[in-house]
Amino acid sequence: MSCVEQMKYKLYLERTSFREAREYIEKTSDEVYYVDPGYKIFKDYYIIGVPPIAMGVKGKELVFTFVKPCHGTFVMAIESEEEIERLRAREMEKVKVKAVLQKGGRSQAAAAAPASFQDMWKR
Amino acid sequence: MAENESALLMMGCPEVPVQMSIVLYLSNKLAKSGHDVTVAGTDAALKLLKISDPEEHYVTRTIDIDRCIADIVEKKIDFDHCFAFMHSDAGVTYAATVSAISRAKMHAVIFGKNAEELADTVDFPSEKIVAKAVHNPMPLKNKIDRVVS
Repeated sequence: MSCVEQMKYKLYLERTSFREAREYIEKTSDEVYYVDPGYKIFKDYYIIGVPPIAMGVKGKELVFTFVKPCHGTFVMAIESEEEIERLRAREMEKVKVKAVLQKGGRSQAAAAAPASFQDMWKR
Repeated sequence: MAENESALLMMGCPEVPVQMSIVLYLSNKLAKSGHDVTVAGTDAALKLLKISDPEEHYVTRTIDIDRCIADIVEKKIDFDHCFAFMHSDAGVTYAATVSAISRAKMHAVIFGKNAEELADTVDFPSEKIVAKAVHNPMPLKNKIDRVVS
C-alpha cells in the first residue's frame, strides 16, 4: 500500500480510463502542470501514467491520477502546500531553461554563416 | 533476444485466466534459453503465481509491481526486455510508464475480449503481441512462440 492511500484524500473520479482522468484534471483545476511518468509525490508514490501526465492545483489541493491494475484510474486530491510549491518551482525552472535555450538558439542563429550571397549583402 | 539478457514479465490484473498460464510458460521458455527473468505483479497476482509454482520451477524471482516501478525510477534495477501483460486501460497505463522510465525493449502482450481495440490505444514504442484470448491460452501462446523462439 502506497503512502497516498494512508493519507486524508478526496476522490473526484473513480475507476475511469487514464485519458478521462487527465481530461478531468485539465478541465477542473485552477492550475495544470505536466510531469513525466515516475514523478515522485509525497513519501513514496511514483506517478503511473501515459505522458503527458496532468497534475492539477485546486485551492490547497494537489489533484493527480492514481492507477491500480485491477481498479483503473482514480482522480485523487490531497491538501499539500509543500507538494504544490514543489510543482510550481519545477515549472519555473523549466521556463527558465526554455528561455536560456531560446536565447542560445537565437545567438547561434545570428552567428551562423549566411546561406546565400544576398544574405551576405544584407549584413 | 540474445542469451543472458534480463527480462521483466509485468502482469496486469489477474482476472483474465490466460495471463497466469502464459506468464509461467514464457518465464520457463526465457529461463531455459538463458535469460534472467523477474515477474512483477500485484499482491493477488503474485499469490496466484506462488500457489501455481510452489517449488519455483518456472519463476524464481518476483517483485511487487509498484516497488518495481519505484526501483526503476530510482535506478536500482532495469531490464533488457519487458513483456507487459495487459487486458485493460490500467494495464496499458502501467506499460506506458515502464516504457518511459526504463531502457527495456517493450513487448506489449495484449489479450482479453477487447484485445484488438485495446491494441489500438497502445501508442508507445513496442512490439505488439495481440490475441483475443480469455480462457484458451493457445492463440496467445502461438503468437508468443513466433516472437520468442
